[in-house]
Amino acid sequence: MSDSPQSPQSTPNRLPPVAIILGVLFFIGLMGLMLYGVSRSDRPDRDTLPSALQDKPAPEFSLPLLHDPHVFVSSQDLRGMPYLLNVWGSWCPSCRDEHPVLTRFAETKRLRVIGYNWKDEPADALRWLEQLGNPYMAVITDQEGRTALDWGIAAAPETFLVDGSGIVRWKYSGAITQQVLDTQLIPALEKVEAAAGQAQTSSPSDPRP
Amino acid sequence: MMLRLLPLLLLCIAALAGAQPAGDPTPLQFHDAAEETRFHQLTAELRCVQCQNQSLADSNAQIAHDLRREVLNLMREGRSDAQVKQFLVERYGDFVLYRPQMSASTWLLWFGPGVLLLASALWLFLHVRRRARAVPLKALDEEASQESREW
Repeated sequence: MSDSPQSPQSTPNRLPPVAIILGVLFFIGLMGLMLYGVSRSDRPDRDTLPSALQDKPAPEFSLPLLHDPHVFVSSQDLRGMPYLLNVWGSWCPSCRDEHPVLTRFAETKRLRVIGYNWKDEPADALRWLEQLGNPYMAVITDQEGRTALDWGIAAAPETFLVDGSGIVRWKYSGAITQQVLDTQLIPALEKVEAAAGQAQTSSPSDPRP
Repeated sequence: MMLRLLPLLLLCIAALAGAQPAGDPTPLQFHDAAEETRFHQLTAELRCVQCQNQSLADSNAQIAHDLRREVLNLMREGRSDAQVKQFLVERYGDFVLYRPQMSASTWLLWFGPGVLLLASALWLFLHVRRRARAVPLKALDEEASQESREW
């Protein structure tokens, strides 16, 4: 009723151009955000959470060996050199998928690959390794799953790269593929090795033994 | 045909999701009703790390069973709700909290909607006032009287 022909000097109902431009920009921004969300939705790791342990000390633990339950391996025993901790279980189908990739990587002997057998029956785990081959330097078992909570493990497989001083440098949730290995693990490992090399070259000047 | 394919399909979905260990853990035993109430309130505010749209109280994932047991143990050790939450955040990140903590990275989440509302209200107020000034009162009066005459 306000834009009735009786008030010819102004058309108060028409929006100012600034408002129209702002509205259009807002709409385009919203569309862009939606498209960005859709384009990210097909990532295989879309559900994985960032690790709370990233660049933090790996949790202290002491767990028995799968092959010799009387021998306990602690986090202190693994200090000094970087290692890869691979969480697996014989009940886990994706662990079977990543097994060949992990085996090929372990055979390069670039770093120690430690198996973390999570909530598994030792007999099943041993049979699994016998069938598929054992890529691990050592396998520790956590049947109860209490230590797994300290590592922030949610599902198998999960893989942690821990450097020589016991700091978690990289974590991956899900089966490791060759692509993950080449684009994520190797670069992370190179960084760890470079840092260790620097520490080594600078250590002779260090007065402490 | 569809029915025959269904188990295969379900198997594929199961294989895609992160694997969970099997097992039928014994249900948790509570000492008294107060403990049970507190436990349920606490776990309803925590998020399952595996089935990400369920609370820790609702989820049937194995890791949720383990985490519920751990939460109960921590409660019995005499830790406060805040300490239990801190325990989980240290291990699984802020994600486990349905009500995120106030920090530099979450202030937008906390105050964003309020800021947006206040800004819109301010804009609306200024806009209406400008419009009211632009259209003189007399003109409106005339318009109104014209309209009443039309009727």
